[in-house]
Amino acid sequence: MFINTARAIIAYRESVLLLVILIFGLCMTFASPVFLSWRNIEAILLALSVEATIVIGMVILLISGGLDLSVGSILAFVGVVTGLCLNAGVPVVLSILLGLLAAAAVGMVNGLLVSKMKINPFITTLGMMISIRGLLLVIAKGRAVLNLPESFTVVGQGRLFNVQYPIYIMVALVIIGDLLMRNSRFMRQNYYIGGNEKAARLSGINVDLVKIFDYCTVAVLAGIAGLLITARFGSSSVTVGSGLELRVITAAIIGGASLSGGEGSVLGAFLGALFMGVLANSLNLLGVDVYWQSLITGMILIIAVVFDVINERRKERQS
Amino acid sequence: MEAILKIENLSKRFPGVLAVDNISFELRQGEILALVGENGAGKSTLTGMLGGVLGPDHGRIILKGKTVSFQSSHDAIAEGISMVFQELSLVGTLSVAENIFANRHPVGPVNNIRWRRLYRETRDLLRSFKLDLDPMVPVKRLSMGQQQILEILKAISTDPVVLILDEPTSSLTEAETDYLFDEIGKLQDQGMSFIYITHKLSEIFRIADRVMVMRDGKYVGTEVVGEVNEAELVSMMVGREIENVYGAASGSPVSTEYFRAENFCCEGAFQNITFGLQRGEILGFAGLVGAGRTELALSIFGAGPRDSGNILIDGQPVTISRPSDAIKNRIAYLTEDRKGQGLYLSMQIRENLIAPFLKQLSSPIGFLKKKIIDRHVRQKVEEFAIATPSIYQKLLNLSGGNQQKCLIAMWMGIRPEVIIFDEPTRGVDVGARVEIYQKLRQFAAAGTGIIIISSDLPELIGMCDRILVMHRGEIKGEVMSEDFSEELILSFAAGIKRNVNAGEFRKRN
Repeated sequence: MFINTARAIIAYRESVLLLVILIFGLCMTFASPVFLSWRNIEAILLALSVEATIVIGMVILLISGGLDLSVGSILAFVGVVTGLCLNAGVPVVLSILLGLLAAAAVGMVNGLLVSKMKINPFITTLGMMISIRGLLLVIAKGRAVLNLPESFTVVGQGRLFNVQYPIYIMVALVIIGDLLMRNSRFMRQNYYIGGNEKAARLSGINVDLVKIFDYCTVAVLAGIAGLLITARFGSSSVTVGSGLELRVITAAIIGGASLSGGEGSVLGAFLGALFMGVLANSLNLLGVDVYWQSLITGMILIIAVVFDVINERRKERQS
Repeated sequence: MEAILKIENLSKRFPGVLAVDNISFELRQGEILALVGENGAGKSTLTGMLGGVLGPDHGRIILKGKTVSFQSSHDAIAEGISMVFQELSLVGTLSVAENIFANRHPVGPVNNIRWRRLYRETRDLLRSFKLDLDPMVPVKRLSMGQQQILEILKAISTDPVVLILDEPTSSLTEAETDYLFDEIGKLQDQGMSFIYITHKLSEIFRIADRVMVMRDGKYVGTEVVGEVNEAELVSMMVGREIENVYGAASGSPVSTEYFRAENFCCEGAFQNITFGLQRGEILGFAGLVGAGRTELALSIFGAGPRDSGNILIDGQPVTISRPSDAIKNRIAYLTEDRKGQGLYLSMQIRENLIAPFLKQLSSPIGFLKKKIIDRHVRQKVEEFAIATPSIYQKLLNLSGGNQQKCLIAMWMGIRPEVIIFDEPTRGVDVGARVEIYQKLRQFAAAGTGIIIISSDLPELIGMCDRILVMHRGEIKGEVMSEDFSEELILSFAAGIKRNVNAGEFRKRN
């Protein structure tokens, strides 16, 4: 009976991942005295808050069969837009809204190009990634935007019960995202679209609308992440976010998403990001060279996918 | 029986072709109307309009006495017409329940899915159809047959007045087909009406009340099933007299043994297979799905595993351990899965037809000789009457029948002495079928040995000189043409009888 429950739990990617993280964490507590300290855990969670926020939107997009390579650029872009507004004296709330609006606009363009013009998402968002990075360099005139007002930076630096705000925001977004993807009929349409787009259309799903919604969502989430970083450091950086998109996609895939769509979950993607965060932190504590981290992360991605394929074949042979 | 669905003067034009030309007919309540015609006859376009997928240019659709017009398949379903398409519309990663109720989940106040109710309703539905499936299991775990039945269940669950089925049995076993026909019969008794598209004429005689024939977008006629025979139907479909779909045997005596497979064994797939093939002989392999015929053929061709087995050609042993060996020995294998494993759909006809023998068409340093290739391809296209405006046409734009002809033309390029043809006419319309049978007869008359693996018994009986029947990996029956009968062959296929014992081999000549 124990074997059966164990089997049932292992059937879920999320539980396996959680188990791996816990075991890893356990090993690390022995390997380094600092690991389990609140400061360290907070550091992990803070760094995670950026990627986890974006991965929520990315996994939804992946499930629907799409992809967004421009999230890193959008993150920096929103930081710059909001930073410039703040420095120009625009009130905090309005600056934030303008930044997010800019993000939504980019997402809208991505969504329209992919759904209406039927351009390949990879190419569309790749082009957007490069152009938006260029655009933000233009409007920031190549410099960082500094000295942001405290009324804004409090979002990234303030604490509630000794836990910084970004962590709360991340947790809230993950919970909402996961609940919606599991229980909202509208959001579940993403699974149908990713699984069989033609059939989804014939089922009466407004595929174009859902896709545009998805691209806007991931863009706005990238924008939120950008604001969190900007608030945390008190300045907008023009270089932040490069390479972020690949790490986010990696996290989602480790969490169970597939590039061909129809699979994945917000919880799994979050755990994937958490795993990568714990891994990076551990390698730092152990004094491992930064360059090794990329190698190890890449190998973990490959192992995760190979594990998936072997599992699928095993299950196919059973049935 | 009054008419539940009346079609008046329905037409639809696509750029360059009038796909449906002024069609009028009626479907009576509680009847099963079979719809037949060659590929390109307009069946899918016609049913597409009824199902709300396409909009008619002219004409009226009158359902239950009311004129209706659909903007989408959603509208059609709401009005009572549901369709089951040939291509599966299931999402493999989602559960059975979520597929049946795709986008129609029972929802709560904030559009949240009511899972318990969803699974309950699915369970009830499955139970009422006596299906032993777990509503939570992801669809990709099910067999092709189960998936296809699920597809049909999905349409039935929308409670339609008219259900349109497009080739519903293409992936079903005999048992699953029987089950499906039982359920259709029950639904028919409850008043549901059906339009049933199929290429399998035997099914029409089994289940349909009337059959409607289309040709080139036009209405040809409707016959009561009991008052028409297969040859007449085929004639209506192709527009010319066809006395015998399968053609007549050439009459020239089948001669010496050319090919022989001995002691082929592969754990889990087939055991103790020994048989011979003579020059000019058409040998059939019958059996139920899972009997091991395709695995055996792949093994002979060098594309599949075996634990033991020898091949003799003209009495001499040959080693075939990979497909290139088989090709060198002039053995061709035409797969049952032409779209997935036989053809290169995204490539041109020209590129496809030369695939198995690129070396012969290249210069010594490896460049492909364009002129020779073009000449060869054009000759083959003409020889096999492949309907295409040019040899540069992409294969996925051709009909199933023409694709199959391309597969044959591709392999005939190696000038084979032995052709193993796995399901030669699956998904192929009647007109192309007749041509393919003619071609096979021609090849046999020229001395080529042909092995046909097929689940279409009338096809085997019509074409073969001799039929071997496999069951669970062994050859259990050998039937000569004078003894051909469906019951006899089926009894071997089901393992009830056997007249060939392991290791035994009936030698001729």
